[in-house]
Amino acid sequence: MNKRTLAGVMVSLALAAAVVWAQDPLLLNGAGATFPYPIYSKWFDEYHKLHPSIQINYQSIGSGGGIRQLLAGTVDFGATDGPMNDEQVAQAKVKVLHFPTVLGADVPTYNIPGVKQELNFTPEALAGIFLGTITKWNHAAIAGANPGVNLPGNDIVVVHRSDGSGTTYIWTDYLSKVSNNWKTKVGKGTSVNWPVGLGGKGNEGVTGLIKQTPNSIGYVELIYAVQNNLSYGRVRNSAGSFIKADLASVTAAAAEAAKSMPDDFRVSITDPPGKSAYPIASFTWLLVPAQIQDAKKRDVISGFLRWMLKDGQQYAEPLAYAKLPKEVVEKEMKAIAQIR
Amino acid sequence: MATAPIAVERPGPGWGPRALLRRFRSGDEIAHLVTLLIASSVILITSLLVYELWVNSALSRHKFGWAFFFTRVWDPIFEHFGALPFIYGTLVTSILGLLIAVPLGLGAAIFLAELAPPRVSDALTFVVELLAAVPSVIYGLLAIFTLVPLLREHVEPFLRATLGFLPFFRGPAYGVGFLAGGLVLAVMIVPFIISVSREVLLAVPADQREAALALGATRWEATWKAVVPFARAGILGSIFLALARALGETMAVTMVIGNNPQISASLFAPGYSIAAVIANEFTEATGDLYLAALIELALVLFVLTFILNGLARLLILLTTQRGTAHE
Repeated sequence: MNKRTLAGVMVSLALAAAVVWAQDPLLLNGAGATFPYPIYSKWFDEYHKLHPSIQINYQSIGSGGGIRQLLAGTVDFGATDGPMNDEQVAQAKVKVLHFPTVLGADVPTYNIPGVKQELNFTPEALAGIFLGTITKWNHAAIAGANPGVNLPGNDIVVVHRSDGSGTTYIWTDYLSKVSNNWKTKVGKGTSVNWPVGLGGKGNEGVTGLIKQTPNSIGYVELIYAVQNNLSYGRVRNSAGSFIKADLASVTAAAAEAAKSMPDDFRVSITDPPGKSAYPIASFTWLLVPAQIQDAKKRDVISGFLRWMLKDGQQYAEPLAYAKLPKEVVEKEMKAIAQIR
Repeated sequence: MATAPIAVERPGPGWGPRALLRRFRSGDEIAHLVTLLIASSVILITSLLVYELWVNSALSRHKFGWAFFFTRVWDPIFEHFGALPFIYGTLVTSILGLLIAVPLGLGAAIFLAELAPPRVSDALTFVVELLAAVPSVIYGLLAIFTLVPLLREHVEPFLRATLGFLPFFRGPAYGVGFLAGGLVLAVMIVPFIISVSREVLLAVPADQREAALALGATRWEATWKAVVPFARAGILGSIFLALARALGETMAVTMVIGNNPQISASLFAPGYSIAAVIANEFTEATGDLYLAALIELALVLFVLTFILNGLARLLILLTTQRGTAHE
């Protein structure tokens, strides 16, 4: 390599560095829920392709960690599967905005030897089974909703998540709404004090236990059930029809809930009204501080939220997340202006 | 460094830069300093660990006090926390694991060290050491897919039919539970016991063996009465190394123990261990008290390990003294 080419290389390197520097690469850090991790990483990846100067890192450390780190100021945004409760909002030193991103749902899945049909579950049956008051498969509360199915008189083995998870939050939120007993004895949360049952780690752990244990029932995320071809039951909604969970019936649940959506988006949409709504579904949220000092970061976060609500939603369904209904998107678009 | 002079004696003043340089060149001082630093970092890390656990569990320690150790409830929603089911689960699975692994491991070690031809012994030892390196999640998966169905379909019904009069073998057979947890731990710690015990047995001086044989002992008598007692301290060490691993094992246990914080005499029942509940619930622990309770559990595990290790030291000390007094 002679001197001239060397100089040329040096100059072009310097130019390249200058260009990169002029673009001012911006790094945003986020942390939180594991459930929406696949769609979030897809979004951040696509957004980076559109805006090469913006890099968004996301660590799926769990909803609890997401809320804590956001409040501690160690990340630029958080993500959670259950909205912050009133106590957390009151204790927070900074105001935090909730932005629903996509929807997920839980489905009851079971393994009863000899029963191949899709079972119907009433809210009473599900609450009774998970409370341990219904212990046999041929109990009237189950059999009554499944005429023509030959249910055995075997003991029910309940399987639940052992790790704290948004999936459990949705499930227990639903049971708290349909059963007073559940609400006062157990309550809702990412981990609860289960009255009965075995704990499996993760969706795969629950599925593994159910597949192996005859006469068992548990709950998994809809996405997981769809991707792994698990059979799952229909659940009766508040309008009285038995609904099989799919992306359409989950979005329908959200559309019903959108009519009474509070301004801070902290809403539970389990057991919503509406004939076609699936009752065990929930939003998942991005948490953004209402005040961001750094103007550049503020613009990037607002810009990303707008893109996510408009163009980003198309990536949801291929990954088996339900899209936000139109009404929610419009309301969120307006709320973005609250970030200052 | 073999040629480095250790101390260069030269007439002259013992101070000044030159003398200092000479001292440093000796290498001894540096080696002393470096190893001292490394050694004290171990103590530093341990005390930092305890300090962090102590400080961060303050909320839970103040709220529950000693009752934390005797409470059977673990309720994140109503924020009532007790460690008893987790301590019980940790101890039961670890002790069960040891009860199964010690005879197996010791037997295998004796065979490999004393009875097997050297070529067989070396080959088998290689396989054993390979087993010790298998990640615990693999053991957990194997257990879920093979051990658990086997327990549920065959072993547990059989035990219930034959030994059902004992409280340990009653209740429905889920497959997962204390028994599965203990068995997985046994499989995981056997390689440790075998490989360390074998080394210890091989290190026993040949005189010991020959003396016993000369007195007319059979080969087995020589092994059991002369060689094994001589290696007692090392064998116990291997057992406590295995116990330490069993106490802290997380992944494989949580996959098969059933993850239900309850105390049951039946080994078929699902339970929970300290390490497993921390791994399961730490990420999603939203409340401050909840988090503090989980950190206090970590402190409990630390203290538990500390106590058991102390007991181990004591036991080794006592038995070795008794051993020398006998001979």
